[in-house]
Amino acid sequence: MLALAIPIAFALMSLALLLNLWRVVRGPDLPDRILALDTLYINSIALLVLFGIHLDTMIYFEVALLIAMMGFVGTVAVAKYLLRGDIIE
Amino acid sequence: MTLSLIIFLPLLGALLPPLFIRLGRTACAWSAALLAGTALAILLYHSPAVFAGETLVFTQPWLPALGLNFSLRLDGLGLLFALLILGIGLLIILYARYYLSEHDPMGRFYGMLLLFMAAMLGIVLSENLLLLLVFWELTSLSSFLLIGYWKHRSDARQGARMALAITGGGGLAMLAGILLLGHITGSYELSVVLASAELIQAHALYPVTLALILLGAFTKSAQFPFHFWLPHAMAAPTPVSAYLHSATMVKAGVFLLARLFPALSGTELWFFLVAGTGTATLLLGAYHALFKHDLKGLLAYSTVSHLGLITLLFGIGTPLAAVAGVFHIINHATFKASLFMAAGIIDHETGTRDMRRLGGLWRFMPHTATLAMVAAASMAGVPLFNGFLSKEMFFAETLHAGWMGEWSWLLPLLATLAALFSVAYSVRFIHDVFFGTGPRDITRKPHEPPRYMKVPVEVLVALCLLVGILPAWTVAPLLAAAAASTVGAELPYYSLAIWHGFNLPLLMSLIALAGGVILYLLRFRLFALHDRIFPLCDAKAWFECGLARTIAVSHQLTAWLENGSLQRYAMLLVASVLIVIGTSLWGTTLTGPVAMGTVDGVTLTGALVLGVSALATVIWHRRRLAALVLLSVVGLVVSVAFVRFSAPDLALTQLSVEMVTILLLMLALYFLPQHSPAESSTARRWRDGLLAAGAGLSVAALAWGVLTRPLETISGYFLEQSKPGGGGSNVVNVILVDFRGFDTLGEITVLAIAAFGIYALLQGLRLPSPTTDGEGRPWAEDRHPLILSAVSRPLLPLALMVSLYILLRGHNLPGGGFIAGLVTAVALILQYVASGVVWTRERLPFDYIKLTASGVLVATLTGVASWWFAHPFLTSTFEYVQLPLLGKFELASAMVFDVGVYLTVVGSTLLILANLGKLTLVSQPHEETK
Repeated sequence: MLALAIPIAFALMSLALLLNLWRVVRGPDLPDRILALDTLYINSIALLVLFGIHLDTMIYFEVALLIAMMGFVGTVAVAKYLLRGDIIE
Repeated sequence: MTLSLIIFLPLLGALLPPLFIRLGRTACAWSAALLAGTALAILLYHSPAVFAGETLVFTQPWLPALGLNFSLRLDGLGLLFALLILGIGLLIILYARYYLSEHDPMGRFYGMLLLFMAAMLGIVLSENLLLLLVFWELTSLSSFLLIGYWKHRSDARQGARMALAITGGGGLAMLAGILLLGHITGSYELSVVLASAELIQAHALYPVTLALILLGAFTKSAQFPFHFWLPHAMAAPTPVSAYLHSATMVKAGVFLLARLFPALSGTELWFFLVAGTGTATLLLGAYHALFKHDLKGLLAYSTVSHLGLITLLFGIGTPLAAVAGVFHIINHATFKASLFMAAGIIDHETGTRDMRRLGGLWRFMPHTATLAMVAAASMAGVPLFNGFLSKEMFFAETLHAGWMGEWSWLLPLLATLAALFSVAYSVRFIHDVFFGTGPRDITRKPHEPPRYMKVPVEVLVALCLLVGILPAWTVAPLLAAAAASTVGAELPYYSLAIWHGFNLPLLMSLIALAGGVILYLLRFRLFALHDRIFPLCDAKAWFECGLARTIAVSHQLTAWLENGSLQRYAMLLVASVLIVIGTSLWGTTLTGPVAMGTVDGVTLTGALVLGVSALATVIWHRRRLAALVLLSVVGLVVSVAFVRFSAPDLALTQLSVEMVTILLLMLALYFLPQHSPAESSTARRWRDGLLAAGAGLSVAALAWGVLTRPLETISGYFLEQSKPGGGGSNVVNVILVDFRGFDTLGEITVLAIAAFGIYALLQGLRLPSPTTDGEGRPWAEDRHPLILSAVSRPLLPLALMVSLYILLRGHNLPGGGFIAGLVTAVALILQYVASGVVWTRERLPFDYIKLTASGVLVATLTGVASWWFAHPFLTSTFEYVQLPLLGKFELASAMVFDVGVYLTVVGSTLLILANLGKLTLVSQPHEETK
């Protein structure tokens, strides 16, 4: 079952990455791009976890964890920049 | 071992006088004298062995791979010079106590004097030639400080600079010469070099070696045409002149001639180079000395002349000439030091050194006058004084110089002429100062100096007389020991006596004495003639002009190469990389034998995302925030690629660094203009585009070439050694904190320094801040949106837990102090973003500077701790411990080191980001003009 599910999931995640890229490049506005970046973070997490399941290892888990955290901070910071310009005030 | 103390006592002692000055000026002088005196006592303790003919050698390997050893040698020549340096040095210390005024910083003076003394002792006691050179340069530097002691005077600064430029330049030439000498003989140890005379002189490189070493010696000893720095060095305080120009600094050059005499002398080239330079200097110095109206100027040129005389003697190259040369070194040191001190007394008591204003001082200071007269008579070579003895020997040697063929009459003639001038300026020194009419335009009434200011002069003058009258009873053993080690063989017979019967040297002396007096009587006519002929020869002006030209040219060159444009540097850098790669890859087969792997769809997708976003970043670089978002995509995909290719450590690091960088960029973007105009022309964009594409393709080609070839890497070794050697199974971390721990220590130190530098630069900085965003809309009113703060606060404990987890497991699994530090820093910065500086600082009262410093300290102490267990710096250890509940786990000292790394990273990241963030608290709102 897993042998079938994993390739399909990989294909879907790759497609998602490409669509994210499309949105980042096309925009049209900055909030669109920021949202696309945030989704890209989430898709990467999914991809990494999937990779871990595929290779049956836990070693990629921390990277996924860190992307989750860093992605959040990054999105917050850019959003704050849009609002106020000054991210630390 | 005690030999090295002779050098190290004054060297360490250089620190004492600046401290002792708080106890008063006399205590300060005592502290200096005590150290020099102790060194002298140690030297005397060793002297009986040297007089018995031994050569004491002490060797301590320093950098044996380079041939540089801390090896010292005490033989007759070294003993003689060390006695002069320490003996006259002690007298100078006493003299300077009374010479320096209340306003002169005395502690600094004695400190620099002792430093110089140590450097001179190093030169004369070195067994290793490279070590000698180190001390040689040290004398150049410390004499620079001494000459420029009165730093408020421009002539002192210029004189110091000139001396440093000339002697330092000569030192460079000498370095090359010594390296060649080491190349020829295979060793830098003097014992080897001195025994290889035949090998050296037969070698094809002998002329070059000789010329380079002589350049060093001649610049130091102020030989023509490098003599001009010495008179300008007279801007120094008189004790310095008395020390540098009698017994020490300028004698270093002739010392080198004497030291290498057995190895280099005896050839025709040596004769013509050394004796020729010596003769020119002898005549030039003697001539100019007569026409100087400044007392110290006269003495300076007389020193130049006498150094020329000594050089000439060594140049003649016979053993007897070398004996005479060594003898004159002793005599010149004694009479010239006393004359300088006498000149200093006159300057001190009358306020002038101009002989045209002085005169008749006999009435005011008969005691000083008598002392000066004895020393001057010695300088003139009057019988019964020591100068006479060596001058007689000198005349005799000029008569027997080889190599000259039918021109052999020339050298004695020139020698007599120089001696004639020497008598004339000696007479002038005495008559113009102490007799005749005057003094004129003197503001104070001259009188005898303080009692102890005369003592050093008395001691030296007594030596002049003793050596002059009873040479065989006084100086003979020292001279024999010094001359024997100079010549390096059995000494020929010579007699130290005042009376050798009526002979040619005596006749030459008599001609010089009589002619000198006549010359002095004709002086006013000569002065007029001299002023007409020599008004243009101002070496100082030439030198300063040359210096200014050199500086201007280097400024131009620098401005041309380094014009401040980053684009240009990058262009040059990339272009040179292209050229190097292009030329070395041209014509080679790129593809190696290793077969290609298969590409899967996900990786291909990742590559596509990476390529497109990287290109888009470049294309949209003027739309800053959009470019920043695209840059984040690039960073993310690179991290994921690291994971894909099995480097989770790199992925973690990349992610954290990426985030900190993006935050930093956003903080900086706020203060930059919101619209960036297109500044590059189309042609230039094409050029840059082509360069960038070329560089990218080259790197791709290189990567292709490497990846298609079988590769031996060093990673196998580290993978094997990681667990048994470092006690951790995460190789990356074990390398960072254990195998290459010293590198890491250096890196975190640099990080801390960079953070402190940024902190210092941001202090007091006021920047204008924009009032609207890029499209002219006003900023939102809400500074700290409630939802943001509410979500961010619970994240902090979670993030701290993650970072602690990453820190602790780093030794065995992906993680470590660096990543953990960045995670903590980012989590804390999030609180700054969500809740503001004031709110966060109230709850986070750490001093980031102290945090950073404590990190470096913890890491360093971990390294130092291994000394405690008699292991080299940063040796790590590990142990498995059994604890209830937790089970068996490992404790490694490298973990403490990693905590140091963690603290440094947290501290410096927060120091930089928080202080950049704080800038807005003080900035002024500002409407951007379009």
